[in-house]
Formats: sequence, structure tokens, C-alpha cells
Amino acid sequence: MQPSAGKTIGFVAAVAVVASILVATSAVALRDRQEFNAVLDMRKKVLGVADLMPAGTTLTPIEITDRFETNIIPLIVTLATGIPDDTIDPNGFDQRAATVDPTTSRPAPANAARVTRLPTHGQVFHVIDDGALTAVILPIVGAGLWSTMYGFIALSPDLRTITGLTFYEHGETAGLGGEIDNPRWQGLWRGRQAFDDSWTPRVTVLKGAAGPAETDPYSVDGLAGATITGRGVTDTIHFWLGPDGFGPYLAFYRLEAGIS
Amino acid sequence: MTKQERQILLDPLFDNNPIALQVLGVCSALAVTTQMATAAVMGLAVLFVLAGSNLTVSLIRKRMPGNVRIIIELTIIASLVIIADQVLKAFAYDISKQLSVFVGLIITNCIVMGRAEAFAIHNGPRLSLLDGIGNAGGYAVVLLAVAFFRELLGSGRLFGYAILLPTTQGGWYPTNGLMVLAPAAFFLIGIFIWVLRVWKPAQNEEDFSVGTLFEPGDEEHIR
Repeated sequence: MQPSAGKTIGFVAAVAVVASILVATSAVALRDRQEFNAVLDMRKKVLGVADLMPAGTTLTPIEITDRFETNIIPLIVTLATGIPDDTIDPNGFDQRAATVDPTTSRPAPANAARVTRLPTHGQVFHVIDDGALTAVILPIVGAGLWSTMYGFIALSPDLRTITGLTFYEHGETAGLGGEIDNPRWQGLWRGRQAFDDSWTPRVTVLKGAAGPAETDPYSVDGLAGATITGRGVTDTIHFWLGPDGFGPYLAFYRLEAGIS
Repeated sequence: MTKQERQILLDPLFDNNPIALQVLGVCSALAVTTQMATAAVMGLAVLFVLAGSNLTVSLIRKRMPGNVRIIIELTIIASLVIIADQVLKAFAYDISKQLSVFVGLIITNCIVMGRAEAFAIHNGPRLSLLDGIGNAGGYAVVLLAVAFFRELLGSGRLFGYAILLPTTQGGWYPTNGLMVLAPAAFFLIGIFIWVLRVWKPAQNEEDFSVGTLFEPGDEEHIR
């Protein structure tokens, strides 16, 4: 059967209209829930690195929201100067989105972590327990062997000691470099010193095993078969704790808190 | 349910499996089978899309102009895939992140288009729906079988629960790194097809060997 051109066009148009109504309805009706999920997901990661949600535990969305709102203070800082900027609402801020938007980012200077763009503003999280600061959490991103690795690093209030490290998204080889998301390896970072005495980032992933944190504070065990991923982790941390990353903010905070 | 209906529903599971016999939809079978949970959700997403597209195509098959039928089928499939993706993002966010682009790529899954073209445009809505469910079931069976071995041997877990505690978490089981990589899915699908054809020899293809083609005195084989 070969219907007339008019009938064919009419049929195609009718299918297109029905399909677009269905797709648009589902997208609009589910958008709030999807955005809520994305916020919840980010909050879960921050709680994880802040030790407020140990690996393997599950919390309800209400518990996550509750814990995040009582214990975490998100801050937006101007990356270049390190000064907090309270004109931007931290709850609506997405550093990853800001990094790819040309109006809120700039090309990064050449660096070993292969970061190509720097956002104008960065997001910092303060972890609060009973009114006292217990940790400062910074987002980190950099190149591993195959992929871009996204994570967070948590520093204790002395801004030297690492209290947590996590990578939540990467495409490293499963079982080798992919072990950067293993909580056991991430646990090895606890108590290591991120900076040397002159506040230069120093902590390094070794090729092989590191000593205990007390005697070998600047080293972390390498992952077997993942030398390049380990180097990428070192470079990523050095970049984001350094002058192009959150270095200015950390200097500003040290001044304010009287840390020398 | 008549015998014919039961056959349409159950045949694709083992007798006429879309992955094992027709070797369709292999790409996503490699990508989403490192874990049971992702394989199960992918199976459900394909079930929704395949049942929906078969039913819809069958309902409009008599009015559908033949010269634009492929693009109409694609529009229907693509819309269903987007809806499935949106629903997953809203209700199963973590799994939808792991499945990433592969839910969207159901659009290009040959099984969906294949069933619309081969079955739904010739048959009524009830049979088409059963055919869609059956073929999605056949797809899911292979995905789950592959994911079972990949997750168990590759990570020591099933549905995320530790079964064999890996050495990297202080247990005794040295995980098999190959199993979490894509080639393992090829091996497992190959073994699945092998086992299936030993069990059901009718699925074996006729011997076809280049060597025998050119043996002297055997000319009729060339044609």
C-alpha cells in the first residue's frame, strides 16, 4: 500500500507530536527528582570523605540531608585570590559545570595533572562538629592513566594532615588503577602530611610500600600495576593544593586561623 | 494462553535467543555485565522498550505508510528509550550513572528494531507484546548469566554482596582482573553459545568450510 504524500506527512507529523509530548512530559515531570538525586549524590560523597558516612553504610535521603545540613558548611571561594565569595549561593553551585562554561572559567596554566580549565570559583566544604571545625574538604580533579579522576581530599584543621581522600569517578583499569576507589587504599592516606614545612605540597604516592604515618609522613603505598595512575594522583593533589588550585584559599585560611 | 502464544513468549529464551543464536545486541552485553545489578536494570530497560515498541508498532501497523516505516519505528523506539532513561535517572540514580550511555544506546540495539521489522509489523498487538517480552527475556537471560560469572569471579560479589571476600579487602579470594574487562564477556558469551548448542544441537549451523569448497570434484558446493 502506497498512500498519498499528504497522508504520509500527516501520519509522520502525528507520530512526532505524540512522541514529543510523551518525552517532554517525562522530562519535565521527573526533573525535580533528578536534580534532587544529583544533589544527594554529591552530598553523599562529601559525607563519605568527611567520615560522616562510612563506606558500605546506607542512609535514607532524609538522613543524608540532615547530616549534611548540620555538619557541612559549603563555601564558594575565588580561586585566584583565595577569598570566599558570598555573592554566589553554594547550594546551587556546580564546580564541574562552572569549569566547562567559558564565562566562569579560564584556561589553566600547563600542569602535570593535565587540568585544562580552571573555574573562577571553587567549592570548599567545612566540616563542623559541635561548632568546631574538624576538617576542610576540597574537590580535586586530574588525569590518571586513561581517564579524568574526580575526587575529594579532606584536611584536618591544621591544614597539613590528610584525614580522608576519595575518588568517586574515574575510568582507570579495573583491578589496577581502578583500586584508587578502594576504601582500604583510601584509608592509607589518613594521618599523612600533605605539605612540607614551607607549605609546598609534598605527599606522594610511592612505587611500592610506604612506612607508617609517624615515620614516613609524606608517602603513601603505591598500587601494584598502577604506577602511572599513582603518579596522576600525586600530580592531581599537588596541583589542587598548589598556587593554581586551592593554595591561595589555604593561605588565606591559615592567616585567618593563625596557623604558621 | 495458546500453544502458539507460549511458544512466542518462551522460544527466545533458549531456542531462538537473540544474543546466542542471532548474535544481536552484543555491544551492550559487553558493557553492562560487570555487575548483576546493572545487568538486571539494563534487562528491565530493554524489556520496557522492546515490549512498548512492539506493541505500538503493531497497533499502528495497518495505517503506517510503508515508505517511512523505519523512521516511524525509530521515533517510537527513541521516545521509549528516553523515557526509560529519564525514569532511571529519577528512581535509580546510582545505577543509571553506572549504565551511563548504554541506556541511551538501546536505540541502536538491533534486537529492538529487528523485532519491530520482523514481527510487530506482521502480527497483532497481543502476539507482538508477547514477542517483545520474550526477546527481552532472552536478552536478559544472557546478560544475567554473563554478569553472574563476571561479578562473582571478578569482584567476589553478587548484587554487591560479598560472596568470595577478595584479598584487596582482607579476604582470601584473589580477584580475576580479566573478568571485569570487556573481553571476558566475549569469552563467556562464547561459552554460553557453546553450551547452548551442545544442549540444543539444532542450533548448530551447517558446516561451512572454505577448504571443502575448492576440493576437486565437489563443484556443486561452490554454488
